[in-house]
Amino acid sequence: MVVSSTTTTVTVVSLFAVLLRVLVSLGPYSGESTPPKYGDYEAQRHWMEITLHVPPSQWYRNSTHNDLSYWGLDYPPLTAYQSYAHGLLFLNSSVPESVALHSSRGYESPKSKLLMRSTVLSSDLLIFFPSALYFVYAYRLHVSSVNGNNAAIGWQLAMILLNPCLILIDHGHFQYNSISLGLTIGAVAAILSRHEIVGSVLFSLALNHKQMSAYFAPAFLGYLLGKCLRRKHPIFEICKLGFAVLGTFAVIWFPYLHSLEAFSEASVLSRLAPFERGIYEDYVASFWCISSIIIKWKNLFSVQSLKIISFSTTILSFLPSMVHQIGAPSDMGFIYSLLNCSFSFYFFSYQVHEKSILLPLLPASLLALEEPFAFSWLVHYGMLSMYPLLCRDNLILQYVTLLLFFVLIYSSLDGSGPVMKRDFFSIRKALMALSLICSMSLHLVYLVVQPPKKYPFLFEALIMILCFSQFLIMVIHTNIKQWRLETPSRISKSRKNI
Amino acid sequence: MSQPPIAPSSAPVAWWFFLTSSCIKLLLIPTYHSTDFEVHRHWLALTHSLPLHQWYTDITSEWTLDYPPFFAYFEFLLSYPASFLDSTIVDLRDGLWYSAPSVLLFQRFSVIISDLVLLTGVWIFVRKQTTLSKKKLVLLFVLWSPSLLIVDHVHFQYNGFLLGWLLVSMGFMVQGRDLIGGFVFACLICFKHLFAVAAPVYFVYIFRHYCCGYGVWRGMKRFLVMGFAVGVVFASAFGPFLYHGQMSQVLKRLFPFGRGLCHAYWAPNFWVFYIILDKILAFILKKLQFNIQEPTASFTRGLVGDSPTFTVLPQVSPAISLAMVILTMLPCLVQAWRFPRQRHFIRWVCYAYSCGFLFGWHVHEKASLHFVIPLGIIAIDSFQDAKHYFFLSIVSCYSMFPLLFEPKEYPIKVILLAIHSILMWSGLTSLFLKISPNSVHRKPRLGKNQEDRLIGWIGGCYLLSLLAVEIWGQFLHAYIFGDMLPFFPLMLVSLYCAIGMIYSWAWQLRVILKSTDTLISKKRKKFI
Repeated sequence: MVVSSTTTTVTVVSLFAVLLRVLVSLGPYSGESTPPKYGDYEAQRHWMEITLHVPPSQWYRNSTHNDLSYWGLDYPPLTAYQSYAHGLLFLNSSVPESVALHSSRGYESPKSKLLMRSTVLSSDLLIFFPSALYFVYAYRLHVSSVNGNNAAIGWQLAMILLNPCLILIDHGHFQYNSISLGLTIGAVAAILSRHEIVGSVLFSLALNHKQMSAYFAPAFLGYLLGKCLRRKHPIFEICKLGFAVLGTFAVIWFPYLHSLEAFSEASVLSRLAPFERGIYEDYVASFWCISSIIIKWKNLFSVQSLKIISFSTTILSFLPSMVHQIGAPSDMGFIYSLLNCSFSFYFFSYQVHEKSILLPLLPASLLALEEPFAFSWLVHYGMLSMYPLLCRDNLILQYVTLLLFFVLIYSSLDGSGPVMKRDFFSIRKALMALSLICSMSLHLVYLVVQPPKKYPFLFEALIMILCFSQFLIMVIHTNIKQWRLETPSRISKSRKNI
Repeated sequence: MSQPPIAPSSAPVAWWFFLTSSCIKLLLIPTYHSTDFEVHRHWLALTHSLPLHQWYTDITSEWTLDYPPFFAYFEFLLSYPASFLDSTIVDLRDGLWYSAPSVLLFQRFSVIISDLVLLTGVWIFVRKQTTLSKKKLVLLFVLWSPSLLIVDHVHFQYNGFLLGWLLVSMGFMVQGRDLIGGFVFACLICFKHLFAVAAPVYFVYIFRHYCCGYGVWRGMKRFLVMGFAVGVVFASAFGPFLYHGQMSQVLKRLFPFGRGLCHAYWAPNFWVFYIILDKILAFILKKLQFNIQEPTASFTRGLVGDSPTFTVLPQVSPAISLAMVILTMLPCLVQAWRFPRQRHFIRWVCYAYSCGFLFGWHVHEKASLHFVIPLGIIAIDSFQDAKHYFFLSIVSCYSMFPLLFEPKEYPIKVILLAIHSILMWSGLTSLFLKISPNSVHRKPRLGKNQEDRLIGWIGGCYLLSLLAVEIWGQFLHAYIFGDMLPFFPLMLVSLYCAIGMIYSWAWQLRVILKSTDTLISKKRKKFI
């Protein structure tokens, strides 16, 4: 019985990741016993109820059985199918009253909580974990110029799997981000392993699970376009990928395609893009929310013009990164581009949640070996940007613990990993220390001090300003980094020299 | 791979292990509210609201104080910050089964912080280890022990704190500082008297190692000094109660022999076989038309009650149980008397605790921690020790699985044990079988014969069968028998684990007996 040590490392890291998820899932969820609206947990449970008892064509339509004003389904059909499957397999079989039509609103019991938690855990295990493993494998094979040792593999996997933000939102707050993010990682890994069609299909699936996955679309588009243009038959290659994407979409949207009526009302599409909810909702570290402290965008412009403004600024901000990938597609550049594009959506797009920080954090975790410090910095401020949300969910204990655990695991890679330059008394270091102190004190102040009556959201605003500033610096850094990356031809030249 | 001669600094790695395990402990805070949690909360209230002379007489709750005075003092100290936080915690009547977040956080945090004593204890040993991998393994065995996590941080007890005292005491003893070692051990006994099982070993060893060999007068002086140190500890613990004339009451609470031979859930020890043999004999005799009286009391009484009676086999009294413990402990006492060597000390103490566990009266399954955790310290000394420890720690941890019976904690205990087993396996294999980190292939010489494997095929089959026992208990039993024989899966677990425990005890005994031979032969060689 000889066990290869890589297998051991990978198994232990994965088991730890499962353990943390199980432990966090013991805690409270969003909207726990807070009628009448509850929270995301109730939304997911309600979707199971609707998808189980209402035919697919009615899922996105207001009817006597489906009151859209009460947690109406606002994600693409793959989420609805997933709700259906989870409702059928997990809840309906053992606690049918928890998903009974109408009567189950606000249903909460220890047993149904356990079942709901296990739906998240199982989808995480089925999709996110294998994808992360696939990515680490593909990264080692195709991307990393340095042949990472055993510890580095384990560390990289840990950085992806133990990302505290994702664990807290999925297993604490209650959502299924691990599905769409897992599909995205799978797509990235497939593309890095040169299985571009598989990658396109997986990314289309991710798009159909959560429309927010579109944050990554420019990067995928740029990289794949750039690659195809360099081949012998560019048009044919592009068509192949286009058909893969269209085919996937067609299969998923099948129940809605044959009845044109559904589209004519555009009920589904209007559900997916709720523009009436404003350019930002709660406090979030996006450009619009931060700048609205000074410029009241909502008063200055109509919804229609705000839509156009946010749309064009988003495009403008991700354009450099995308253009770079079309011009010089490279594997590392692709991952950087994923980060840059998703951040430009986070900053400038319409209707951004604080939870959307999970999307930029994903490519950042994929870059953990390349940019260890930037990743840890982003995790820290990503956590801070979700702090008010998690405080509302009573997940402070889990928040602090997971952050501490992350720091401990992050610092465990000795030698080959993140080594900070020992430059004392530099301005950069002083600024970093200052922002860390600010973050620590904001954590405390938010918890302890009552905000002044005149500005009830003062601390939220301060937290978001701090996060925004840090994110902005990081994005500028990674954009520059992407442009300065060595192109594949240059790498091979420099290797020849060696 | 050659390690640098200078021992690498162990403070960061020790803290790393401590903090990571603390993270897991923090996340375990919302787990289930056990009776032991309420027991300790009640003790906080008891020591806070009642004067000292009523501590051992109070009967407000059925969870009376049955730990020695030092532990009561410890609860008394804790009760002040508790009352500051929320005065209901320390209210004798209103606090009963109080389960607000304040009491939950306070008590859980008190265990997590008191584990610093465990860190201190293991630190004494880790400091001495020469290589980083050995340091890491010891820390893994002690600080990341899944059994400790299950018992202390889910079920709720202060074993980490108490074992910390034991390790500190052992650390001093191994360094040859017998006086302070004995002093700390006396303190430990005054915290929890179950640790007194090893007192004979301590006594014999200290007498021979500390007092003998210095001439009569100096030896006498040393004996008196040690006696004084221990006396001071006991006086400060029991003195106040002696003053109030309550010694008999205290002792009655500390040694409740009225409780049955076995705890509610049978600890996997020798008596499991005895009970089952009795049941089988009774069954056979009944079939053979003999007239047999059915016992009135069941064996599974946790609270004070009548001792159970056996149907066929002779009754067991506390005295018989005590005699068996002493008798089985004799070999190591003889060894300690003949060759009082520091390096065998931990082994003897662990063996004494194993005897106490196997043959003691009303033993809890948690008591196996008393020897499993210290054995972790010496598990890296030789390949044989490593093999034994790997086997024992898995069996011991598995035997504690029934403590967590709620479905939400089920994955936690399984994953904890799985992680621990894998880490132990890979750590010990790479330490002793020299697998270089990046190669899959072992040296061809090794692996062919039994001796070079971390676990032989019998042990391997035994451990894999644990899986079968677990699957039976969790799924198949309910599927096949429905609601019939609900206690059968638990009985199976303790019976099956008892086999492993007996093996471990026999192995320890063999090593202790064998160690003389090597000593003598070495001596003879010197003579030659």
